[in-house]
Amino acid sequence: MDWKLDKDRPIVPQICEQMSVRIAKGDFAPDEKLMSVREVAVGAGINPNTVQKAFEELERQGMIYSVRGSGWYVGADFTAAKRAVEDLIFFKTDQYFKAMEALGYDLEATKNYIGRWKA
Amino acid sequence: MSELIRCEHLTKSYNGLIALNNIDLSVESGKIIGLLGPNGSGKTTLIKLINGLLTPTSGEIFINGTRPGVESKKIVAYLPDNNFLNSWMTVEQIVDLYTDFYADFRRELCFEMLSRLGISPSVKLKTLSKGNKEKVCLILVMSRKARLYVLDEPIAGVDPATRDYVISTIINNYDPEASVLISTHLISDVEQVLDDVIFINNGNIVLHKTVDEIRQESGKSVDALFREVFRW
Repeated sequence: MDWKLDKDRPIVPQICEQMSVRIAKGDFAPDEKLMSVREVAVGAGINPNTVQKAFEELERQGMIYSVRGSGWYVGADFTAAKRAVEDLIFFKTDQYFKAMEALGYDLEATKNYIGRWKA
Repeated sequence: MSELIRCEHLTKSYNGLIALNNIDLSVESGKIIGLLGPNGSGKTTLIKLINGLLTPTSGEIFINGTRPGVESKKIVAYLPDNNFLNSWMTVEQIVDLYTDFYADFRRELCFEMLSRLGISPSVKLKTLSKGNKEKVCLILVMSRKARLYVLDEPIAGVDPATRDYVISTIINNYDPEASVLISTHLISDVEQVLDDVIFINNGNIVLHKTVDEIRQESGKSVDALFREVFRW
């Protein structure tokens, strides 16, 4: 797994977001076993305690669950992950419109611009 | 979880010059802690007190419940900020010495790390470059199965690829019973592996927080906050 971590933001929510995106996209089968905390820590170059906290937060949100002595598993229901991704999309969209506003484009002008935009 | 370091009103002065000023500090097991501060702030003094190389002027320091001494040295693996090995010895002779000296020394792991970093056990230390000598010192320290690792500037002299290897070694070696205290100026390289950050300045602890608390509260990386707090 590839992790992109921004140095200005707390690490736990970044791990949670990136895991939510993967779960919502269907990168994991329901009840699929996740990598161990240590594997994620080494892969991302971060502290195992941080990964543990992120996994516990995802568990609290109902996306993954732990089995004592065995590890972490993806929940069968992806609703929570999809909701988290939706929140993320609204947040990013909001950020985009605010950035455009700072450039002097109001909502209509920005929408117009999006209509003319080609990827 | 147990308390590995406890400082109570710890003060150290050198002929009236105060290096550490009435410090209270508690470090639990299972943590990776960054000890950060400008030059001359007291980092190495604190580290030397932890290792029993200096005695407090006043106040107390306890390592796993005892004052620094024979018992604490069995459980503390210390990397000093200068080269501490005999340069006429070969790497293998030094590994033998460590195997004899420390009951918790993991010889297999040591040779594995040396070979991973391309250091031949048969070479004499004096033929190694400065960076490679530092790698040997660090490998020796990390090869012990200690409760407390105290690393004074562990990555200052090594290339960025080796820094990444050192950091992944620290993560791989993570043990909930042990803690790692790292003093460094290369904050951006290490900050994401740290649990806690201690800022020290003029012998005082000016901040002791988790990395995520710092980023949350300041909206900045630890590196950026450090540059702001210690701006001249």
